[in-house]
Amino acid sequence: MPAKPKLATVWLGGCSGCHMSFLDLDERLIELASLADVCYSPIADVKHFPEGIDITLVEGAVANTDHLRDIRTVRARTKILVAFGDCAVTGNVTALRNLYHLDDVLHRAYNELSITGTIPSLEGIVPRLLPRVLRVQDVVSVDHFLPGCPPSAEAIFEFVAALLNGETPSREGRRFGA
Amino acid sequence: MSVRTLEVDGKMITALEGQTIFSAAWDSGIHIPRLCHLGGLSDVGACRLCLVEIDGQKRLQPSCMTKVAEDMVVRTNTPALRAHRRLIVELLLAERNHVCSVCVLNGACELQDLAAQLGVDHVRLRPQYPTLDVDLSHDRFGLDHNRCILCTRCVRVCDEVEGAHTWDVAGRGKNSRVITDLGEPWGESASCTSCGKCVQVCPTGALFSKGKTVADMRKDRGFLRYIVTAREKKLWIA
Ligand code: SF4
Ligand code: SF4
Ligand code: SF4
Ligand code: FES
Repeated sequence: MPAKPKLATVWLGGCSGCHMSFLDLDERLIELASLADVCYSPIADVKHFPEGIDITLVEGAVANTDHLRDIRTVRARTKILVAFGDCAVTGNVTALRNLYHLDDVLHRAYNELSITGTIPSLEGIVPRLLPRVLRVQDVVSVDHFLPGCPPSAEAIFEFVAALLNGETPSREGRRFGA
Repeated sequence: MSVRTLEVDGKMITALEGQTIFSAAWDSGIHIPRLCHLGGLSDVGACRLCLVEIDGQKRLQPSCMTKVAEDMVVRTNTPALRAHRRLIVELLLAERNHVCSVCVLNGACELQDLAAQLGVDHVRLRPQYPTLDVDLSHDRFGLDHNRCILCTRCVRVCDEVEGAHTWDVAGRGKNSRVITDLGEPWGESASCTSCGKCVQVCPTGALFSKGKTVADMRKDRGFLRYIVTAREKKLWIA
């Protein structure tokens, strides 16, 4: 790894809770910034996912056509890809809809329960939902898994710090859910 | 009763004749993982988490079903056993719908704890996403098949301790389900006394008290030891 590794975080089909937990690093964010360059993140104003990223944390499951396109780009441009949080690791709440047919889910959410009563469909603007929500590992290879809904700030810090030190993060204390 | 001496994980331990390897090991502070075993209930060997290696035996043996013998040499925690246990937990998680973050037992579930303890940080198998029912017909309790691991603790406690035998397992393979009476809704069961024992011994969020929300359910198994002691020693002490 170069002197200052490049770190990125991306947000697919998740509630952003994992990123909120990331922000809970509070003053340790400054320490993190001294250890790595945060090159891309929903909390940074960067349009395109850059080339040559060392570590990417991926929050969320792959639920629509945009996620599918983005995760492939992210994988191609990242050395160490981490499934970050339960939605990325297991599908979690995002994948609850896999118990039902997509058409029934859309009908229930938009025709029956929304104010407009119509299913939004703007080709090229509103991405289409995939028939089934996929875990990140179902689409691209994943190097490390950090479960938790969300993973605690402590777990995130220890995990990322270990990776930045070129170590394999310990599995100690990692768990699904709370 | 005569005493047996055996070696477990390099440690010499003593056990009573007729005791299982599992309980002898636990008495000596060697905690073999388990899901279907629960002290006070009969053993069925359903989950296979307690498998151990025994010198001179080619096959792995469920320690909750295998009796101690003199000079037995047992290993409970080899890399191969840990790998088997991890796979068993992954199979359980992939088979039905486990979404810990929104489960009543989040934070106090034996399956969730075991996954963490064994280092299961993801499931290598493809989740099955079966469509399963939730039975909320009982006044006080609920049954969520999405979380059931078919350990049959509910079946055994209801039969052996409460004496009602409301529960059974119906179907085969992936169609296996716990049922109440002859498959009617729990709330219509003629045999259920609403004692709640099954709810308390269930290791997962499959059986829960109504009114409990996410991560709200906690299980109390104190009653079991109390009743078993009363039966065995004819004394009402905890
Ligand atoms: S039963 Fe246990 S493992 Fe399954 S979802 Fe609930 S907390 Fe998670
Ligand atoms: S509440 Fe009691 S009687 Fe009813 S099913 Fe459960 S253990 Fe059996
Ligand atoms: S309902 Fe609970 S106690 Fe009964 S078999 Fe399923 S997991 Fe085991
Ligand atoms: S605890 Fe022995 S097989 Fe389940």
